[in-house]
Amino acid sequence: MTTKTGSAKFNKDLFRLDVRAYSMIIAIIAIWTFFSFMDDSFLTARNFSNLFVQMSVTSILAIGMVLVLVAGQVDLSVGSLVGLTGGIAGILHVWYGWDTVPVVIVTILLGAIIGLIQGWWVAYRAVPAFIVTLGGMMIFRGALQGITKSETIAPLKESFKALGQGFILPFMGYIVAGVAIVLTGIFLLRQRQSRVKFGFSVAPVWMTGLIWLGISALIFVVVSVMNAYQGIPIPFMVVVFLAIVFTFIAKKTVFGRQVYAIGGNSEAAVLSGINVKRKIMLIFVLCNTLAAVAGLILTARVNAATVGAGTMYELDAIAACVIGGTSLMGGVGTIPGAMIGALVMASLDNGMSILNIDSFWQLIVKGSILVFAVWFDIYSRSKAKNS
Amino acid sequence: MTIALEMKQITKEFPGVKALDRVTFQVKKGEIHALCGENGAGKSTLMKVLSGVYPYGSYEGSIEIEGTEQTFRSIKDAEKAGVAIIYQELALVKEMSVTENLFLGKEHAKFGVIDAHRQHLETAYWLEQVGLSSIHPETVTGTLGIGQQQLVEIAKALSKDAKILILDEPTAALTEKEVEILLDILRKFRERGVSCIYISHKLNEVFSISDSITILRDGKTIATKSIDEVNEDQVISLMVGRELKDRFPREASTPGDIVLELANYSVTDRKDPNKKIIRDVSFQLRKGEIVGIAGLMGSGRTELAMSLFGALDGRSSGTVKIEGKPVMIKQPEHAIAHGIALVTEDRKRTGLVLERSIQDNITLPSLKQVSSWTGINSSKEVSHAMSYFQKLGVKAPSLETVVGTLSGGNQQKVVLGKWLMTKPKVLILDEPTRGVDVGAKYEIYQIMNELVREGVSILMISSELPEVLGMSHRILVMAEGSITAKWKAEEATQERIMTAATGGNQI
Repeated sequence: MTTKTGSAKFNKDLFRLDVRAYSMIIAIIAIWTFFSFMDDSFLTARNFSNLFVQMSVTSILAIGMVLVLVAGQVDLSVGSLVGLTGGIAGILHVWYGWDTVPVVIVTILLGAIIGLIQGWWVAYRAVPAFIVTLGGMMIFRGALQGITKSETIAPLKESFKALGQGFILPFMGYIVAGVAIVLTGIFLLRQRQSRVKFGFSVAPVWMTGLIWLGISALIFVVVSVMNAYQGIPIPFMVVVFLAIVFTFIAKKTVFGRQVYAIGGNSEAAVLSGINVKRKIMLIFVLCNTLAAVAGLILTARVNAATVGAGTMYELDAIAACVIGGTSLMGGVGTIPGAMIGALVMASLDNGMSILNIDSFWQLIVKGSILVFAVWFDIYSRSKAKNS
Repeated sequence: MTIALEMKQITKEFPGVKALDRVTFQVKKGEIHALCGENGAGKSTLMKVLSGVYPYGSYEGSIEIEGTEQTFRSIKDAEKAGVAIIYQELALVKEMSVTENLFLGKEHAKFGVIDAHRQHLETAYWLEQVGLSSIHPETVTGTLGIGQQQLVEIAKALSKDAKILILDEPTAALTEKEVEILLDILRKFRERGVSCIYISHKLNEVFSISDSITILRDGKTIATKSIDEVNEDQVISLMVGRELKDRFPREASTPGDIVLELANYSVTDRKDPNKKIIRDVSFQLRKGEIVGIAGLMGSGRTELAMSLFGALDGRSSGTVKIEGKPVMIKQPEHAIAHGIALVTEDRKRTGLVLERSIQDNITLPSLKQVSSWTGINSSKEVSHAMSYFQKLGVKAPSLETVVGTLSGGNQQKVVLGKWLMTKPKVLILDEPTRGVDVGAKYEIYQIMNELVREGVSILMISSELPEVLGMSHRILVMAEGSITAKWKAEEATQERIMTAATGGNQI
C-alpha cells in the first residue's frame, strides 16, 4: 500500500514544474525571438556571452535575496553593500597594493561580518528588517563616499579583472561540461537507488536515461555557444556554481526547509523546535556574503570601484525574485525561479540596448513587466483556487 | 408564530461537488434555531447563500424573508433585508475604537464629514443593549477581551437593524462566564422578535438555548426538530448518520513508571516578575495514562503547557523531572530532545505552516531523522511521512496536498502526525478536538488510546468537560495558576469540576 501511493506521487513529481516556471520560460523565448527578429546581432554567441555576464551581479544578489524574502524578511542594503565591498576591495588592491587572493578573502569575510551585524539587529533586537537594511543602505553608501573620498579607484591588475572579465578556455569549458554531465548521471543514479532502497517503484530506466540525455544536451549546447565566442565567462560560472549550491541548501538541507517554515508561519516554526532567531541571522550572513561576491565581480567587470556602484541593485534583485515567483509575504520562492527572473530582466536590458532604445524606456518597460508578472501570478493562482 | 425565514430547495454546486442539495431551512420569528452538522456538511455554505456572499443566480432555489422573495446580489443587500452574520473569526478592526467599528461602512456623515457625536451616542445605546454599558464607546477595540469583542460584533450586527442574526461558533473563544452572558443576551433578543441561527459544535450550548434544531449532513437537510423532541445522542447520530455507541472510547490502563514529575513548579509573568502565572504546581504523569486538565480559560492551563515546552518567557522555579532526572527546558528544541511534544490549541496559528504540504509539516520538527551529511533524503522523508499519514488516517489525495485546504479534523491529524514522528514520551494536547467534527473526534480519541497502549503518556487540556471526564484516567483542575483538585476519573463529576475550576479548593 505504502509503495503504491508513494510511487504514484513520485511519477507525477517528475514532470511537475511550476506553472510560473513554464510561463517564464515561454516569456524568455518570446523575448529572445522578438529581439532576434528585430536585430541580427541579438542571437549571436558574442551577445549571449555578454548577456550572461550582465546578469551575473543581479543573479548573485537574487540568490541571497530569495532566502531573505522566503523567510519573510527583506534586505534593502545589498546595493550599497555591493558598492562598499567593491570599494574596499579596490582600495586594498589599488591603493595598498594587496594581491587578488587576500583581497577576495577579506572582502567576502567583510560581507559576512556585515551580515552578522544586520542579522543580529533584525533577529535579536527585533528591529524590522526593512528598517535595519534601509539604515544599512544609507550607512554603507555614506561609508563608501567617505573612504574613497568620492574618487574612482582604478585600474585593477589582470588577475583581479579576470573575476569579471575572464573566460574559461574552450577546452577547459568542455572538461567542465563533461564533469557536470557525469555528476548529473551520478546524481540521477543515486536518487534511483535510494528510491529502490525505500521500496518505491522507479521510473523505467529509459526515462531516467532520457532525462539525463536532455540535461546533458542542454549543458553541452550552452558550453558550445559560449565556446563559439571566447569560452565560458567566469562570472557566469560563479553564478551557476552559487545557484546550484544554494538550490541544494534551500531544497535539500534542514536549514533550507526551516527557512521556508519560518516564512510560512514563524510561530509554528518556533514551536517546532526551530531556533528562528539564529536562522534569521544566518540568512542575513549568507545574503550579505553573496553581496560581497557580487561587489567583487562588479568591480572587476568595470575595472574600477566607483561611488555609485550598485545603486538600486537591491531593487533589481527583489524584482528578479518576484518575477521568478517569490512571495514578499514569505514562505514561497525558488532560486531557479529567481535566476529565470534575472534572465528576463537582463534580456530586456540587453535587447533594448541593442535596438538603441533610450534608457528611460528600458526602465518603463522593466517596471511594467514587474507589475504584469505579479498580476499574472495572482490571477493564475486565484483561478487555480476557484477551479 | 410567523415564519421569519424560509429557504427552499437550495442547491449550490462547486466544480465537482454538490455542496448543498435541495436544502430546506425554516426559521420562525423570535426563535433561536440551531444548525448542526459535521464539518463539510454544508452549514457555512448555506449561511453564505443566506447572507449574500454567494449572490443570487449562483445557486438554485429561493429565499423568502417574512414572505417576500429575496434576491441578494451582495452582503449589503442581505444586510438591508435584515440578515446579519457574525463570523467565527472576529471581523473587527482592532486598532479602531468601538464606535468606529460599529459604524464602519455606514458612518453617519454629512458631505463626508462624520457626525462623531451622534455615532458616539448610538454606540453607547447599543453597548448597553448587549450588556457592555461599562465600556466607553471610544475604547480601542483591540484592548477588549475576546468575549467583549464578540459582544461588540453582536452590537454591530444589531445596530444594522438585524431581524435574523447568524452566529457561527460564537463561543469558541469565550470563557464559561462570557458564554452565559452571550446566551442571556440572545434570549433577551429572542423576546423582542429577533430570530437567531446558532451554529455550534457544542451541543450542551445548543440544548440550553435553542428552540429548534436543523441537522445537515452531506449537503442535505436530515431533520428539523423541536428541541424537546430530541436528546444529544440522537442529534449526534443524525449528524454522523450512524449510531455512535460510545462517544468516549476510554480504555482502562495500568499506569507504569513516572515519566514526568513536577514539584512546586511556578512561573512568573514575562512583564511582571512579581506576578506568578503558575503557582506551585505539583503532579506526576505515569507511563501509559491520560491525565486531563480542566479549568476555565485563563486558569493557566495553556501557560503550563507552553512553559513545560519551553515556549513561554518568564522565570520558572521548582523542579521538572523526566524519568526521574531533573531537566531544564528553555526552548522547544530542548523539550523535543527530552521527548515532550505539544499540540497547541490553535493549529492554524501555531501548529501548521498552512501553505506547505502535509509531508513538509509532518517532518518539520524531525528533519534530522531523515537527513545525513548529503542533505535531506527525500525517499526516506516520504516513507516516514507516509507511515504517519496512513497510521492516522488523514483523508487527503496525497502527501503533497497543501495543509490549508484540509478540514479541521484532518489538519489536527497532521499536527498529531508531526508530533508522533518526534517519538514523544509525553504528549501534551491542548484542546485536541477544538473545531473538529464528531466523527473525526472519535478517531482522535482512538489515536490517543493507541498511543497509550504504545506507552506514551498524555496530558490533555480541554474545556469540554464531557471530553475530560470521558477520556482521562485522572483529572486535574486548575484555577488561577494553581491546581485546585486532583481526582481519579471515577471520582469526578461536571459539578465538582466546575466548583474546583471557579476557585473552590478541594484538595
